[in-house]
Amino acid sequence: MAFEPWQRGEIPGPIKAVVINKPEMVPALVKKAKKPLFIVGTGALRDEFNGKFPIDYAIRIAKGGNIPVVATAQTVVEFKRRGFTPTARMSLMEIGGRLTDPEWSVSDNGAPHDLVLMLGLGPYYMEWLVGSGLKSFAPHLKTISLNRFYQPHCSWSFPNLPVEEWYKNLEKIAQGMEKK
Amino acid sequence: MSKTRIKFDELVTDLVKAKGLEFSVGRIIKEWEEEPGPTPMPDIGTFREWDHKLLTKYKPFYLPWCDLCCLCTFGKCDLSKGKRGACGLDMKAQLSRFVLLSCSIGAATHCGHARHMVEELIAKFGRDHPLDVGGENVYLEAPNIRLVTGIKPRTLADLEDVLDYCETEIVHLLSSCHTGQEGDNIDFESKVFHAGMIDHVSMEVADIAQISTYGFPKADPDAPLIEVGMGCIDKSKPVILVIGHNVPPAVEIADYMRNHGLEDSIEVCGICCTAIDLTRYSQKAKIVGPISFQLRFVRSGFADVIVVDEQCIRTDIVVEAQKVHAPLISTHYKNFQGLQDRTGDSVDDIVRDLVEGRVPGVAILDSEKAGEVAVRVATAIAPKRKKFKIVPEESAVIEEAKKCRKCYACVRVCPNTLPIPEALEEASKGNLQPLSELYESCVGCGRCEQEGICPAQIHPHTLIVGASKRRIAEEKHKMRAGRGAIQDVEIRRVGQPIVMGEIPGVVAFVGCANYPGTWKEVPIMASEFTKRRYIVCTTGCAAMSIGMYKDENGQSPYEAYPGAFEAGGLINCGSCVSNPHISGAAIKIASIFAKRKLRSNYEEIADYIHNRVGAVGVAWGAYSQKASSIASGFWRLGIPVIVGPHGSKYRRMLLGRKDDKEAWYVIDARTGKSAYAGPVPEHLFIAAETMEEAMVLIPKLCMRASDTTKGRAIKLNHYIDLHRRFFGELPDDVHLFVRTIADIPVTMKDEVMALLKEKGWEENENPNPDPTLLPRLVRAKSEG
Repeated sequence: MAFEPWQRGEIPGPIKAVVINKPEMVPALVKKAKKPLFIVGTGALRDEFNGKFPIDYAIRIAKGGNIPVVATAQTVVEFKRRGFTPTARMSLMEIGGRLTDPEWSVSDNGAPHDLVLMLGLGPYYMEWLVGSGLKSFAPHLKTISLNRFYQPHCSWSFPNLPVEEWYKNLEKIAQGMEKK
Repeated sequence: MSKTRIKFDELVTDLVKAKGLEFSVGRIIKEWEEEPGPTPMPDIGTFREWDHKLLTKYKPFYLPWCDLCCLCTFGKCDLSKGKRGACGLDMKAQLSRFVLLSCSIGAATHCGHARHMVEELIAKFGRDHPLDVGGENVYLEAPNIRLVTGIKPRTLADLEDVLDYCETEIVHLLSSCHTGQEGDNIDFESKVFHAGMIDHVSMEVADIAQISTYGFPKADPDAPLIEVGMGCIDKSKPVILVIGHNVPPAVEIADYMRNHGLEDSIEVCGICCTAIDLTRYSQKAKIVGPISFQLRFVRSGFADVIVVDEQCIRTDIVVEAQKVHAPLISTHYKNFQGLQDRTGDSVDDIVRDLVEGRVPGVAILDSEKAGEVAVRVATAIAPKRKKFKIVPEESAVIEEAKKCRKCYACVRVCPNTLPIPEALEEASKGNLQPLSELYESCVGCGRCEQEGICPAQIHPHTLIVGASKRRIAEEKHKMRAGRGAIQDVEIRRVGQPIVMGEIPGVVAFVGCANYPGTWKEVPIMASEFTKRRYIVCTTGCAAMSIGMYKDENGQSPYEAYPGAFEAGGLINCGSCVSNPHISGAAIKIASIFAKRKLRSNYEEIADYIHNRVGAVGVAWGAYSQKASSIASGFWRLGIPVIVGPHGSKYRRMLLGRKDDKEAWYVIDARTGKSAYAGPVPEHLFIAAETMEEAMVLIPKLCMRASDTTKGRAIKLNHYIDLHRRFFGELPDDVHLFVRTIADIPVTMKDEVMALLKEKGWEENENPNPDPTLLPRLVRAKSEG
């Protein structure tokens, strides 16, 4: 699908996300980062495909890369149902605001984050806005959207993808993260 | 205080001979018993220090929609990654300017509405018409006006002085947005708060004027139940639909019908706040639904005449009305809609032209004339129109659905990304259920039907309505008419338990119908907190949505819960301009219960409310600039507001940092010493991702520094209980809200104690300070 915002009226500006053409680049970026963070929202509980949900891949990615996870809204319930405990539960706006602080870390006394992965952060426009907030006010961060639709305010994003292809990409990323 | 105006029809003296001479003499202060406070008629800089205190606790988190500023001809300017525009503004300042623009538009809209209304009511009822919003039950009739301006309004004419002040402030606020003015984002934010404060004053003017003149319910907890929902509309009769916010033309319609014995032979119904205010005037009027119902109702063809006034009207209403052959009458100069102004023509001529279809509509800027024209046209045209509609029958919906190519163009323009293609696929097989289910989550914008969107020329919104006919026929609900103000005696009863925390909070569900999902989320939330013995207030479209819901007993929440301002009450104050009765209730608690001086004493009252009155606003479907200014009026009083996901598009949150202990100290007014109060309330403005998240935020944001241990335990009980229900676990921040062991809810003691131990919690040495952010109140107290 096209390399353009999913919602027609969304026009981002001159700086747009680099498109993730090869999902393998995501594990490479994560492994290069000093202190990645993974934010997973309720959008990860939608778009079932072949009995799987995006949250299932989020767990594999987080476990594989040993990445701390912040679950927003009630996503935490589904994580725990799958036997995974996120590092923290915060509202999307809270975690967005907190990440503009270059000293902040989700782990007590931990090093500040330098890379944020995002998956399913509410409706499309909420992730758009939080991505934009971080682009403008968290220059210390790089951001990767793992959503099915293009999020141009992130540093890297998939283009708009058919659901099957999106799941294939998530699988490849999970496998890449699980490789030792 | 008022302006004195003197008018001579004819004046002949030794010096002067004049006709139609009118002049006014400055302001004459009519004193009243309360001494003037420190800040009468504050300007945009007066409360800068107070605002900065709040903005130090609640820092803006900006969410740029795009990287650009395109407000002047220097631009477009790219403000991304720390760049400044050609004028010098950076992204934070630009976004705060945008919020100020939005709030200034909102405040100007309410103020303009109030001015128009007051002028019309003075012309009809006279300048000396007394203000009365609740007789003996409401001595404190205008809390916002008294608090901000220092004026105690007694007559309609007094309201003009208030509006003079508001208009001046709005001009200054708007001018601050000009290129080359303010450059600091926090100072812009302070002005945002000012716009909100002015907005509440303006709205209060509008509502107390209409309550006092039109005989609306006067602070009546037992205001009548009225009908709401498309299924309530009797389409066997001629139907007049009113849309907007300015009720006088609709009142004239009702009056004309009554005076001509037509009340039972014509149906008058409304959408948006004019509908709410009309049902405060006439219980025979009906409410179709909130703002999102405009397209679906107009296209259903029920309405034989459509009368619009101002605000929240679809700006393509002429086009839509023409599609169903319904004449349109515009009654307001803010909203000519391209129609010819026929105010000066005879009623007979206008009626003839509309009934014969010579013109699509007319503008009539005389409410009385518009009322007569509307009724006569409806009567004459109804037999000709035969309820002409463009909503298809179910069989036609199925045929249309077969044309869908699943290109998702409709989804990509839908604000709620509704699964339209999947629903159409089912419809094409004869199953209309999925399409009908979209009815509840469709905000009625019609973007899916715009020219050039669907390559197969399908009209999804219309098909959704066509598939929902049975659902629409069952849309018959009850809603309590807007009661207006809160009685002083009600405040006396609940003031103490609110301030002590024993009534866990006042929750206000307000605002528009741009919901992120089904509108039922609003009544679900309202019912939950009413059951939990919060005081639940509501206004506007949210009040309608609450009414359009039936519980397991088939009752609407208004039937299930009392309309009194008490624990477990559900209080519909009225339309948008009734919101100041909610902020006014908080102000009254400080004034009536706590006996704080009210008159032009804003800062002290706001400080009291922020630290003691556990109130929170929820604007789940906020879409408008007015909604932003209403919210900002609450912010300056230190009252938090939660919005739904679409509210993130206001592009700025005001978030506290609970992990920053230094941010949460207050001054103990008893000693003057600093005291840690915990992160209460934690945020001032936040968008929730889901209803469940909002329902956990509400009890949390109702906590206040003044809570007694019993009150804090009650509030924590609700917070923990809802957190566990929706998030499946104990909140990991409970330790921040437990000041002393006695704060812990008894039934949760073991698990909370375990968490406190894990967190290394220590008891607060001063768990119950007399909290203030204003050092001057310490001195005042010791002197007193």
